[in-house]
Amino acid sequence: MTSYSEYTEYTVGEPIQDEQAPSGPVNERWDTRRFEAKLVNPANRRKHTIIVVGTGLAGGAAGATLAEQGYHVVQFCYQDSPRRAHSIAAQGGINAAKNYRNDGDSIHRLFYDTVKGGDFRARESNVHRLAQISVEIIDQCVAQGVPFAREYGGLLDTRSFGGVQVSRTFYARGQTGQQLLLGAYQALSRQIAAGNVEMHARTEMLDLIVVDGRARGIVARDLVTGRISTYFADAVVLASGGYGNVFYLSTNAMNSNATAIWRAHRRGAYFANPCFTQIHPTCIPRSGDHQSKLTLMSESLRNDGRIWVPKAKGDTRPPAEIPEDERDYYLERIYPSFGNLVPRDIASRAAKNVCDEGRGVGPGGQGVYLDFADAIARMGRKAVEEKYGNLFDMYERITAENPYEVPMRIYPAIHYTMGGLWVDYDLQTTVPGLFAIGEANFSDHGANRLGASALMQGLADGYFVLPSTINDYLARNPHKDEVDASHPAAVEAVRETEDRLTRLLAVDGDRTPDSFHREIGELVWEFCGMARTDEGLRKALDRLPQIREEFWRRIKVPGTGEEFNQSLEKANRIVDYLELAELMCLDALHRAESCGGHFREESQTPDGEAARRDEEFSYAAAWEFTDTGAAPVLHKEQLTFDYVHPTQRSYA
Amino acid sequence: MKLTLRVWRQKNPDTPGAMATYELDGVSQDMSFLEMLDVLNEELIVKGEEPVAFDHDCREGICGACSLVINGDAHGPERTTTCQLHMRSFRDGDTIDIEPWRASAFPVIKDLVVDRSAFDRVIQAGGFITAPTGSAPEAHATPVPKADADYAFEHAECIGCGACVAACPNGAAMLFTSAKVNHLNVLPQGSPERETRVLDMVAQMDAEGFGGCTLAGECATACPKGIPLFSITAMNKEWLRASRKVKR
Repeated sequence: MTSYSEYTEYTVGEPIQDEQAPSGPVNERWDTRRFEAKLVNPANRRKHTIIVVGTGLAGGAAGATLAEQGYHVVQFCYQDSPRRAHSIAAQGGINAAKNYRNDGDSIHRLFYDTVKGGDFRARESNVHRLAQISVEIIDQCVAQGVPFAREYGGLLDTRSFGGVQVSRTFYARGQTGQQLLLGAYQALSRQIAAGNVEMHARTEMLDLIVVDGRARGIVARDLVTGRISTYFADAVVLASGGYGNVFYLSTNAMNSNATAIWRAHRRGAYFANPCFTQIHPTCIPRSGDHQSKLTLMSESLRNDGRIWVPKAKGDTRPPAEIPEDERDYYLERIYPSFGNLVPRDIASRAAKNVCDEGRGVGPGGQGVYLDFADAIARMGRKAVEEKYGNLFDMYERITAENPYEVPMRIYPAIHYTMGGLWVDYDLQTTVPGLFAIGEANFSDHGANRLGASALMQGLADGYFVLPSTINDYLARNPHKDEVDASHPAAVEAVRETEDRLTRLLAVDGDRTPDSFHREIGELVWEFCGMARTDEGLRKALDRLPQIREEFWRRIKVPGTGEEFNQSLEKANRIVDYLELAELMCLDALHRAESCGGHFREESQTPDGEAARRDEEFSYAAAWEFTDTGAAPVLHKEQLTFDYVHPTQRSYA
Repeated sequence: MKLTLRVWRQKNPDTPGAMATYELDGVSQDMSFLEMLDVLNEELIVKGEEPVAFDHDCREGICGACSLVINGDAHGPERTTTCQLHMRSFRDGDTIDIEPWRASAFPVIKDLVVDRSAFDRVIQAGGFITAPTGSAPEAHATPVPKADADYAFEHAECIGCGACVAACPNGAAMLFTSAKVNHLNVLPQGSPERETRVLDMVAQMDAEGFGGCTLAGECATACPKGIPLFSITAMNKEWLRASRKVKR
């Protein structure tokens, strides 16, 4: 059995660099790149097949757009319909530098805010491109019929969102993700009907097929029949989302998983910054051990709600009985200028701190109040209802408490993962022909993502970036050979997949897949969650190989592999979580600084703020896989900042 | 709480199914209905039995995956999705019947899981606006009156769960289809394809084997997103208008 000491003895390999972003002024790079990229003759495009895994904002947009351009797209999702990808659950909105409010916004400001919000751990070229494209996204979505909120004059409404001081967030009530996703799904549906997209729903990617160093296909399992098949293409695009479910309790959908990106990592794609995970400050606290997932309440609530806890420890009085002068509005106290609107990581950590002090509220003391009493007094109940009605209803449905009368209870939960597969400016991974888009890559958010930026990035990658850059790969790298299921690389990938599933079914132990998933989740939440320490991370790294050993001894998966078998799906995903959790902890251990969502207790300012250590850690950490439980190789991508000068973030 | 669950078990589409009875103890009022089923499944797996298969994903009422008929009602006694239904809606000692959506256009795959791909094909027939990426004009070029935008939104809220079909005595998909037709047809962007959209989607709906509409209204009562019944009459009007205008 491996011990953490072996795993942590990683080696540092050759530095890695993005070589696709052109030099020159940052605002000209995207135009330059598009001009320099080779094109594929429209008549030849239908001869090219592209596999797209996932149908969320990034995947749905990419599949539709590539098919519109004339490529033959073969697309996959594990859900029963491409319309159900988890992008659908995003509530708040989507940022765009339209400056419709005339409030001083610009592409440069969105670029600046995103680099700063990401705590200077993102690549300037990529972020600037994202800000430029944000403007086109809104146009595209409106043309598709996305019913954004509008003013009485018929023009689009916007609101402000956590961490910024301009009003650039477009929204569709509390269901922006749903409406944007349905727009992409409908565009995709049109291409499916036209025969340009071959859609495989209820089909999960289980491995990547690499031939002569290039991504040529995938191994996938039909979740209804259990049949394992191979699919081949000229390029493979992963749009399979983030890995937040490694924590078991998160705001992700129950079946969101890391298998596609992890299997790609095992086949050679570097995994960057896995320790950059985002915790959302406004989620509904867990109600007991049966809890299966956590529900997020849009952070727009922080625009009008006031966050507080009792001043005294262990104060169990109902909130209404706690007088004003015995309450601590701690965000307003510590950060007077941003108050309740500080970025997510700061709000989350502050909540953890007051709960750790014993001042948390609700069952288990794991919660803080989000109080609308002042807002109701100021704006009237009707105005509050209009603005937040659906969120209040959702809260009441889950907790059976009426937030108009009793303050909401909230607590942070894992929500988004900034880390992901390393990609260059073209969104290509270190495996030629393998691209990663949306949350599956690491590219744009650095160490912390700003609110309403995930939808922006998913759609930017899917509608605009990938469809431009993938041409260049296809044009420069024509495949001379046809690959089919008899190719040794395909045979080997299928055999490994089948062996893994057979092994899972054969153990016949005494523990359920969920029991292991919960155990891994609790471990990483404790030691690699909101605050991390050298000692804690080493404990987690010590424990993970033991859980893995126990997993393969005690897992119980009923049924067979040749049928619809949800236990088998779960167990197979846990195999990958076990390895991913290890890399995440190692990455957190090696990054002995605090930045964005990654808070190392050893690296803080005297007043308890995150202290970055730019001299040592101004790089993206791209990890190369070696073997299960064996130390990986670290490749550093040095980050340079020519436009946004790194400063210590200050929201005081 | 202690409950008696009577659950539809069906191995695959080709094997007949039947109700099976399970006793479940230690259910908390704060559990969601699906968390209660999780607890049952954990017990079944440890006992070496096959867990109950059911569709679910986001568990926050928006993805539309969950799909259970509970005591005869699609999504159960509250007007919400199954995942947002909590056990506080039930009492200690209750017997709860749990079945899949029942409709000929939604064949059972296993236990409580059904095949709803017919819905996707209805959308593919015309539930979109043809606006290839890159072709869009500036967003503010076409103002949309707020009332129209709100009307579009109200219909766009449909999550495609299929409760309307499951609740309908005829297994009709009128509410699902009309929600999309109304969402897109009211917008200026959707107007060029207004006629073909409604005609093609209704034709596909019929081809999928959904039943005819007799305006029983069960669909709108079961809809967790509150798509209104007038959505159907509005679509009928659109269809009539289009069928006069378009010669086929």
